[in-house]
Amino acid sequence: MTEEDEDRADALFHALADRTRRDIMRRVLAGEHSVSTLAARYEMSFAAVQKHVAVLERAGLLTKRRSGREQLASGDVEAVRSVAGMLTELEQVWRGRIARVDELIASDTDEED
Amino acid sequence: MPVTDVQQDLDNLTLTITADFAAPVERIWQIYADPRQLEKIWGPPTYPATVVDHDLTPGGRVTYFMTGPEGDKHAGYWQITAVDEPTSFSFDDGFADLDFNPMPGMPVSKNVFTFTEHNGGTRATYVSTYESAEALQQVLDMGVVEGATLSINQIDDLIGS
Repeated sequence: MTEEDEDRADALFHALADRTRRDIMRRVLAGEHSVSTLAARYEMSFAAVQKHVAVLERAGLLTKRRSGREQLASGDVEAVRSVAGMLTELEQVWRGRIARVDELIASDTDEED
Repeated sequence: MPVTDVQQDLDNLTLTITADFAAPVERIWQIYADPRQLEKIWGPPTYPATVVDHDLTPGGRVTYFMTGPEGDKHAGYWQITAVDEPTSFSFDDGFADLDFNPMPGMPVSKNVFTFTEHNGGTRATYVSTYESAEALQQVLDMGVVEGATLSINQIDDLIGS
């Protein structure tokens, strides 16, 4: 990976390491939200929510567009899917282990036969 | 296939896998309680595991290394946190150096294995929780995954798109 790619990876993981930001992601993946609507959902200042949105935007997890005085944020489904992709990779490790447990107990039966 | 259910919890970075085995609970427990059986199931075929220390009691440790195709060795440990023989045990799974000292800065996953009697066999539930998305990535970066096709770097995919 290039230095630039590493920076993007850092930004991605930093962005997802916060509960509020993950909650924002859940909402903006479901549909476009204005930053002020999002801000009303949390017990923190508009500026604080705006900062969270900016972190997610820098990580490439959401995009913003202007509509009049509103800033509208929507989630990038592909980017988020990669976290699910990582869990899926690990799932394969566990599935492999489970298949081997199954083989091992099947060989007990073979020995008895 | 014995796997009956898989749940991914993206918020809590938790993977829960349920599997049904055609053997009694005691038999499944034995696999984890016996280092020679455990090493048969823990590492993928390309990275066979060798269990070194094996103390499946609360506060005890299980240590192992996996040997890669190039003779490369990757060590890990289980720090056992709870044991209720033969139905459940919990442990923290981490990376270690070849003297089995935990590697600082490397991710540790929390695991709970539960075995219950189900339709004359065993229903096993494997719950594995990672501390952050970064930890998850590090685990995958260690490359000890099932088969070569799975060594895909998700980040490369992401930034390549």
